[in-house]
Amino acid sequence: MSQSFDEITAQLKHRHRRTARLKWLSMGALALAATFLVVFISDMLVKGLPAFQQAQIQVEVTYSEQSQQMPPAAVNEDVRRLVSRGFLRTLPMSMRDNPDLMGTTRLEWVLADSAVDQYLKGHHTRLKDDQRAVVDDLLAKGQVALKFNTRFFTAGDSKMPELAGIASAAIGTIMTMIVTMLVCFPIGVMTALYLEEFAPDNWLTQVIEININNLAAVPSILFGLLGLAIYINFFGVPRSTPLVGGLTLALMTLPVIIIATRTALRSVPDTIRQAAFGVGCSRWQVVRDHVLPLSFPGILTGSIIGLAQAMGETAPLIIIGMVAFIPDVSASFSDAATVMPAQIFTWAGEPDRAFTEKTAGGILVLLAVLISLNATAVWMRKKFERRW
Amino acid sequence: MMPINQVYLLFCAALIALGVAAFFLARARASQLRTHGAAMVAQPDQYAWFSVVTTAGPALLVAALSAFVLLLLGADIPTLYLLGASLAVAVVGLLIGLSQVRPDFHARQAIERVIRGILAAAAMVSIVTTLGILISIVFEALRFFQMQSFWEFITGTTWAPGNSFLAAAGRADEGASAAQFGSVPLFAGTFIITLIAMLVAIPIGLMAAIYMAEFAPAQVRTLAKPVLEVLAGIPTVVYGFFAAITVAPIIVDAAGFFGLDASFNNALAPGIVMGIMIIPFISSLSDDVINAVPDSMREGSLALGMTKAETIISVVLPVAIPGIISASLLAVSRALGETMIVVMAAGMRPNLTANPLEDMTTVTVRIVAALTGDQEFESAETLSAFALGLVLFVVTLALNMVSVIMIRRFREKYRSNDL
Repeated sequence: MSQSFDEITAQLKHRHRRTARLKWLSMGALALAATFLVVFISDMLVKGLPAFQQAQIQVEVTYSEQSQQMPPAAVNEDVRRLVSRGFLRTLPMSMRDNPDLMGTTRLEWVLADSAVDQYLKGHHTRLKDDQRAVVDDLLAKGQVALKFNTRFFTAGDSKMPELAGIASAAIGTIMTMIVTMLVCFPIGVMTALYLEEFAPDNWLTQVIEININNLAAVPSILFGLLGLAIYINFFGVPRSTPLVGGLTLALMTLPVIIIATRTALRSVPDTIRQAAFGVGCSRWQVVRDHVLPLSFPGILTGSIIGLAQAMGETAPLIIIGMVAFIPDVSASFSDAATVMPAQIFTWAGEPDRAFTEKTAGGILVLLAVLISLNATAVWMRKKFERRW
Repeated sequence: MMPINQVYLLFCAALIALGVAAFFLARARASQLRTHGAAMVAQPDQYAWFSVVTTAGPALLVAALSAFVLLLLGADIPTLYLLGASLAVAVVGLLIGLSQVRPDFHARQAIERVIRGILAAAAMVSIVTTLGILISIVFEALRFFQMQSFWEFITGTTWAPGNSFLAAAGRADEGASAAQFGSVPLFAGTFIITLIAMLVAIPIGLMAAIYMAEFAPAQVRTLAKPVLEVLAGIPTVVYGFFAAITVAPIIVDAAGFFGLDASFNNALAPGIVMGIMIIPFISSLSDDVINAVPDSMREGSLALGMTKAETIISVVLPVAIPGIISASLLAVSRALGETMIVVMAAGMRPNLTANPLEDMTTVTVRIVAALTGDQEFESAETLSAFALGLVLFVVTLALNMVSVIMIRRFREKYRSNDL
């Protein structure tokens, strides 16, 4: 057991090197996770930002009897295939709505076909060589340009990529979330109140607690099976509607809200309860006048996080048919609707390359909404956090 | 016959009117009693609320029950009678409520009992949900096993549901070959993709947790936590798109560079992306566990002359291991049930192979495929989704149970209440 001083120093050096190695290795793991996020976000930005611009083309539109009968006749033959078919299809309708147009010829910026759009953005397109020449020529004259794509935010789904927008999905998401929160917020808060403030410590309470923890870990797709078998097949709730989607997501979000509310209730110190009991409050009065107001910011924060989670959920909604093709904004809770993640899923399955861009564009919008929701939650937590 | 909406509106309006009447009548009566010098055990407002409860509560119950009977059992009772009956109940409740405005009646305690009952009923919703999931899955799965043998389902290696729609249409003889429901390839695919995800998530997540708990300065911690939370908050459909459009082609190119042949629906892409999705899950749970290891153990180890790395590896991690395993089991259960990433990036073809560059399918993919096709609900293919769902439910439930037990042991041993 006689080691020289030098040996021990060398050994020590080696041991300290191991600490440094572990430190750098673990730091690298964290950096790798952060890199994933950066790569992911920039990939989505590169793919999705072009979706906010759409090619428009300046053409002479002839409003005449002939173009009412046969819309393609309204524009010159050389650009006929470059103009969106959706524009041509709606031409007779706009002529009917504005009779003054009849007999005039106007130079107008109209929506271009998605092939032109993709060509301008430098992607592979199905444009023929002569059509390319026409587009290049128009480009030189400034008669083709990429303009801000307002349609993307105001239109519903379409089979023509240049016409497709996220408006119907966004409205569907809002309606579904209204149903979800109306159902799961009160039930979740009441459950948490019962478990934290009222429940006796018996086997039933324990069963409920274990059950909630399990429910939080049940794969979301199983909630879709529940929605299909119980809501749709048994109760006869109409398929594909915000109503059934909201009810299904409500059950999924319930454990999140319960757990968040319980944490918020637990953070209220017992001295407050004892003081209230001391002046003669009943249990409900203590909860209503003291515990609930004090924990409300925490409950709200948890609910926003639950809402964001429900908003991004797709799998159960596919099972209950919320991936329908919805070209118009739905008006009622019992009409077929789609939600943003489902719209992204539908677009991701379209073979047309132009839809890839739309998909990534939709993803950017969804991510922006979710990140701002989560940021609101973090901000609220910071602002209302109380140390006792 | 009035339309149902009008009946509903009429009922609500009448009930609100009766409730308001109950409130003011009871309060007036209680105040009157009190001004006459009676010593009351509750405040006038409490008597008022009690009357509202006795008015509205039973009436609502009657209305809900009758609506349930009407809609579900198809009983033919005129809605007007129901309306009348429930409103009569409300009036009776109002009278009972008013008669209870007596000096010796504990209105506050009565309200308390009602509220406790309502809260307990809300708490039962989560139990009912679990039962609902179980019942919906088990019943349909049983119908499936009446058509197909259970043994075949568990051990068969061919999943070919293709012709089951002919059987459902009563034309079973016309099918070229019978539908086969051997689920082994689906479980194998699920297992391999989960394995890939865990190989990505556990090392990176655990190391990131070690860094955050043991090495990182406070500023890095406050910065890294939200970054990881963002990673956890990205919807799975977005991850699926990323896996299918970005990661899968990269893997195909990389495999081609090494002279290997990879499918565009290879198992590696969804596996890796699923792993990335699970990193924050593992890191935040492990971070909590490592932080819950008592500092006295670290101090003892450092005092004996151990370096920091030796302390972490031979003292902190062995103590934290039950918690880390528990986190990993939860992560496995999440990976097994993950749907969107595999639906979008993994294949549809049941393929029994261990090569992650080939396409393979998972349980969740087949559930979605079975329920989104234009099949009759009664067909064996549709019902097979519920049989697969049952397996998924049982497996994830078992994993969660084990995980909960392990974390409870850890908590009891170190008396940590933060977990």
